[in-house]
Amino acid sequence: MKVEVRVYPREGILDPQGKAIAAALVRLGHGSVEGVRAGKIFFLDVAGDDRAKVEAEARVMAEELLANTVIEGYDVRVL
Amino acid sequence: MAITPELVAGHNLSAEEYGRILEILGRQPNYVELGIFSAMWSEHCSYKSSRLHLRKFPTTGSRVIQGPGENAGVVDIGDGLAVAFKMESHNHPSFIEPYQGAATGVGGILRDIFTMGARPIASLNSLRFGSLDAPRMKHIVDGVVRGIAGYGNCMGIPTVGGETTFHSAYNGNILVNVFNAGIVRADRIFLGRAEGAGNPVVYVGSKTGRDGIHGATMASEEFAGNQTSQKRPNVQVGDPFTEKLLLEACLELFATDAVVGIQDMGAAGLTSSTFEMAGRAGSGVEIDLSKVPARETGMTPYEIMLSESQERMLLVCRSDRLPEVLAIFRKWELDAVEIGKVTDTGRVVLFFGGEKVADLPAAPLADEAPVYDRPRRPAAAPPPPRWPEEPEPSDYGACLRRILASPNVSEKSWIWTQYDHMVGTNTVERPGGDAAIVRVKGTARALALKSDVNPFFCALDPYRGAAIAVAEAARSISCTGGRPLAITDCLNFGNPEKPDVMAQFEAAVRGISDACRAFDIPVVSGNVSFYNETDGRAIPPTPTVGMVGLLEDVDLRVAMAFRRDGDRVALLGQTRDELGGSEFLRTVRGRDEGPCPEVDLAAERRLCELLLDLAASRSLSSAHDVADGGLAVALAESAMAGALGADIEVPGFVRHSALLFGESTGRAVVSFASGEERNIAERAAAAGVPLVMLGRIGGPRLRIARGDAPPIDEDLRDLTALWRSAFRRSIESAELL
Repeated sequence: MKVEVRVYPREGILDPQGKAIAAALVRLGHGSVEGVRAGKIFFLDVAGDDRAKVEAEARVMAEELLANTVIEGYDVRVL
Repeated sequence: MAITPELVAGHNLSAEEYGRILEILGRQPNYVELGIFSAMWSEHCSYKSSRLHLRKFPTTGSRVIQGPGENAGVVDIGDGLAVAFKMESHNHPSFIEPYQGAATGVGGILRDIFTMGARPIASLNSLRFGSLDAPRMKHIVDGVVRGIAGYGNCMGIPTVGGETTFHSAYNGNILVNVFNAGIVRADRIFLGRAEGAGNPVVYVGSKTGRDGIHGATMASEEFAGNQTSQKRPNVQVGDPFTEKLLLEACLELFATDAVVGIQDMGAAGLTSSTFEMAGRAGSGVEIDLSKVPARETGMTPYEIMLSESQERMLLVCRSDRLPEVLAIFRKWELDAVEIGKVTDTGRVVLFFGGEKVADLPAAPLADEAPVYDRPRRPAAAPPPPRWPEEPEPSDYGACLRRILASPNVSEKSWIWTQYDHMVGTNTVERPGGDAAIVRVKGTARALALKSDVNPFFCALDPYRGAAIAVAEAARSISCTGGRPLAITDCLNFGNPEKPDVMAQFEAAVRGISDACRAFDIPVVSGNVSFYNETDGRAIPPTPTVGMVGLLEDVDLRVAMAFRRDGDRVALLGQTRDELGGSEFLRTVRGRDEGPCPEVDLAAERRLCELLLDLAASRSLSSAHDVADGGLAVALAESAMAGALGADIEVPGFVRHSALLFGESTGRAVVSFASGEERNIAERAAAAGVPLVMLGRIGGPRLRIARGDAPPIDEDLRDLTALWRSAFRRSIESAELL
């Protein structure tokens, strides 16, 4: 099954990358940009046909490796 | 919000402390005020358990320009220049989030230095990790090292040295102590003082977010169990690029005479900076918190006051110079906002959107925090050591190889090659030597920098262990030809409410004080980190010493590497029948046993004076402090560093394991041209330093004989390969997670 795991800076945590991107967008003339938070998406192929089980396992993967949960949040979507 | 006993306890304030707050205010505090008291009276900010003892430190001297109590200590180095330096801990955050914890630790210490008006020129870091096979430990080591590298390298400030220790006692509580030194004109030093009623109070740097709220309170609590995965404390993320802008903007600003006072927003952020700046100057400030640049919407006054967002400063400038100040920060793309004014009321008054949200006296919060003389009771003496009765090892060469391959003794280039240690092109002696040497640009002078403590000695005897830390740092610096000037310290201990921990602390402070007096050097800055415990188990007492030495002429420096075939080798200092606390006992015998080696501070001082005298007359080819692993390891290190073998004959005055691997203090291995032998022997005798001629340099092997006993006889290239690869192999041997 296809699984998407989105990982992003937790609310309240400084995101220097997003800040730099926002500044660059403004410099390029996109003055309407008020803020950017930069994250990443993992596209996983996971064997199995039980959606709930696959999703639970993807959550464990996110907790253990894909997200640094001290500073990052994540959500999991089974497609 | 009603102030309930639960809310008070939740702010880590005792009922007694709350009573004192009521007394000071003559009324109940509101929620914002309670948060402010909680931060200011936390152990981290108030030093309430340590202050009484820290007063014992010698803090004055003819070269001292600024002693403890400011952002950093400052010491005169001649030519109108001074060195500002300090060491700080970032232990708890680094355990929770190794990369960001270590990175923001570096960011914090750099701000402490450039706040004083100094340009940071070199960092050291002193790291204590658990066993490499403990859960998460390789991940933590990797994260901490990358974090230090990430921040320091981005800032363009070289990390030139430090030390790393591994022991299971740090499994649940690692230590990350970061040191920085900067150069400043002696007449252009800036202090954290809010002076001159009517002067604007200006906020500069990054915006304030909800990160690290109550970090100072967190650093004042023990870890409970697997807190890392349960209650996620809010850690900060560093942004070194912003800090670089802040550094350059501040230094540009300091070149003008617009600034009256400035302070880094470190632990307890805006709270500590406002109260301390007003407290030191005996003034007051009035601030409108709605003007503080916020990263997020809906931030409350409580959050703004207690946020520990990084890369921020608070400054007071002359009222007629405000436009100039704002223009400089705008040029560097940093926020700079006038958020208030200095007053002469002695009070810190906070407004938020027209409403008064706090009104507190400045001085009582900053200076009259509680001071505790906590009960002390030394722990019971350990069982007597077994080593004195044990048979000698059968193969001393195998022992040497095991010690050289141990995590504590093996070469750590895996760590220091991740740091940019050459940026700025002033690094003369790179990591791995006795002390790092960094040129003072535009002069013939150089600074010798060293961080030191042997926590194994401190665990056995905190008084002696702490004194040895000072003596060893002084010895290392003297080996390079640098004269010890002053120290900073970072005192890492367990829970001060436990009498045995408090006894360790008091003894360590006495040890540092006595050693500093013996060397006639002051303590000019420092930091205390208590509550380094997990599940009630404290770390070994770890009073890290950061020492700065001065070489008047960088060309007179001495390195540890053997330099010339045919040179003579000698041991300075006295070897005793000591194996307690040694790497030999830990690595070969697998035991932590005492007793702690003796320390003779007068003899240490004589040795240092002799080393300096010999360096000044260019009599030495090399000099190397004898420390971890003992004489055999010191000889091997000098040989490996110079890629020159040696033929050594050690007179056997004590048992051979102690002779080769014992860690008696006050010793150094030196080498010199064969023609100097008599001269050096005479000068050592005149200085009252025992000297033993050991042999000569040359050949592809390291041979250490002792009369008829089977000698250590090792191929130097094999030894070097082992020593250089052991650490890299053990850290890279498995997945990092």
